[in-house]
Order: sequence, then structure tokens, then C-alpha cells
Amino acid sequence: MSGAGLPADVAELVGKVQYEETADFPVERGYIWTSVSSVENGNPLFWDDAVADELTDGPIAPPSMLSTWFRPHHWAPGRTKQALPLQVHFDMKDRFGLPEAVMSDNSMTFYEPVRPGDVLSTRQVLRSVSDEKTTKLGTGRFWDIDVEYRNQNGDLVGVESWTGFGYRR
Amino acid sequence: MTEVLFDDVKDGVELEPLSYDVTSTTVVLGALATRDWRPQHHDYHFATERNGVRDIFLNAPNQAAWFERYVTDWTGPRGRLGRMRFRMRGSVFPGDTMVFTGVVTGTEVDDTGCAWAELDVTLKVGDDVKTTCQVRVAVPANSDDNPWSRRGDRWNP
Repeated sequence: MSGAGLPADVAELVGKVQYEETADFPVERGYIWTSVSSVENGNPLFWDDAVADELTDGPIAPPSMLSTWFRPHHWAPGRTKQALPLQVHFDMKDRFGLPEAVMSDNSMTFYEPVRPGDVLSTRQVLRSVSDEKTTKLGTGRFWDIDVEYRNQNGDLVGVESWTGFGYRR
Repeated sequence: MTEVLFDDVKDGVELEPLSYDVTSTTVVLGALATRDWRPQHHDYHFATERNGVRDIFLNAPNQAAWFERYVTDWTGPRGRLGRMRFRMRGSVFPGDTMVFTGVVTGTEVDDTGCAWAELDVTLKVGDDVKTTCQVRVAVPANSDDNPWSRRGDRWNP
């Protein structure tokens, strides 16, 4: 849905890989158990190693935990600045001078299972930007952003897709 | 937890509802389990005075974990999630009883022989729809099949 009249600097960003980052810590089972416990998920895949060995060649993380492995520590020594998750979204708001924004749609697609010990990396790709549109919220633009997650072998483990609408009232 | 095979999955099949009484512990535990340190998920005063809502509320990544649990309670451990699409309409607070319901909206065996169910899952509190989630999940095509064994071109979520 990229608009024909997109400014050249924005058109250049469409499809370009940005903000490649590596996770702060490896995927670990403590967090997996805390997560499945928090929603009382009794799936034996996460609690019984014999089941995990049989079905998934060893323990895996629940697919829906994808973004958990990327949230930064609350504090870390010497840290000054961190790229925001979905930095591309904030870049588009700034580029078009749109003070407000909402996320209208979010999906997650799962590929290779995530396993304890994996060190994931992420990258953001702007997929499209619309022409200016007016909705009941205000006037602005829609954009689609993919966040791709890969393991240390380069295998794709998941993609989160977001549709944002930046606008002014 | 049940275990379904593709033969059991038909359009219109309804999943057993799941009802859960949300407490402050549910919200805080869910936020920390997803490494979400933002104050609206643990600090009552921040949520009410800064966000202007009535209490702390469930964060989105923890809701995803609830939806996963609800779907795999139905499929059993061989069920493998392919895709989840969320639409958030309202917040879930301590004191709410959240109720998950789900219905099969489509089935497919793809070119590689992978058997898929499409589901519409809804999280409601009372009559209010809080979140909807469209799910694409692979289920065993037969008693010998294991969707988790699929890799590369044989996995098309």
C-alpha cells in the first residue's frame, strides 16, 4: 500500500533492514517455566523432558514468548541509551511530524522453534507507508513494519508484523 | 488437556470455554514473566493517576500466552502454532473474570500434507469483548503425524 507520492527518503527505507540487534541474554528455561506458570499452561512439552525429547528433539520455548527474549533488562551497568522496540514506528512519527499514533493490528508468525541456549537477534523492516488518509482519529498515514527474529544459526524463528497509524487530530 | 486429530476438526466446532478470575497477582506475574517492567502493569497509582484507568491491567504479551495456553489445551502437545493475529479492544483488570471461547472457522491440508485449523478466539469480560485472536494452528493429520517435525519448505505458517 506504499503511496506513489512517498518522499524519496521514506521510499528508500521501504524493504531496508534496520536496527539489527542481538538479545541481552540467552533463552533460558527459568523464564519459560515462569511464563507457562503465569497462565497455568500444563502443556507437557514444557514440563516433561520425555515429551519434549519425543516431539521437539528437546525442550523449546512457547512460541508466543517470542518478544520476551528481547525486552531489555530494567537496569544494566553503563547503559546510556537503547533503541526502542519498534524504533521504525517512532522514526515514521518523527519523519511525518505526527504526534499521535496507535497500533491497529499485530500478528506473530512462528517458524523454527526457539530453544534454551539460543541467542536471538532481531531486525526491523518497514514494509509499506500509505498516502495521507483521514480516519475518525485524525489525519495521517498507515505503515506496516515487520520485526524478524533469528537464532544464532541464522534460522528464522518468527516474525511480528505491526500496522501503525500516526496522525494529528 | 485434550488431543485432537485433523479428523476431529470441523468448521463450527466450539472449544470448551475457559474462565479465570484475574487478580493483581495475575497481572504482575504476567508482566514480569514477559519482562515488561512498565508501571501500568504493577503500580496501581501510576495506572489510575497517570493512565486514568481503574487499576493495573494485563499486558499484551501475557495475553498472547493466555491465548496460546487456551489453544494448546485443546490441541494437545502436538498442536503447533503457526500464526496469531490480535486485536485489542479493552483492558482486563484485577477483579475481572475473563472468559475465553473459540470456534473453528476453517480447515486445510496444505501442499506438503500439513493439516491446519483456523480458529477465532475471543477473550470477554461479561459481555465486553476485550481481545480477539485469529489463530492458525497445525494439528496432527493422523495418529502418527507430528507437526513439530516439519522444517523449511514443509512448514508454511
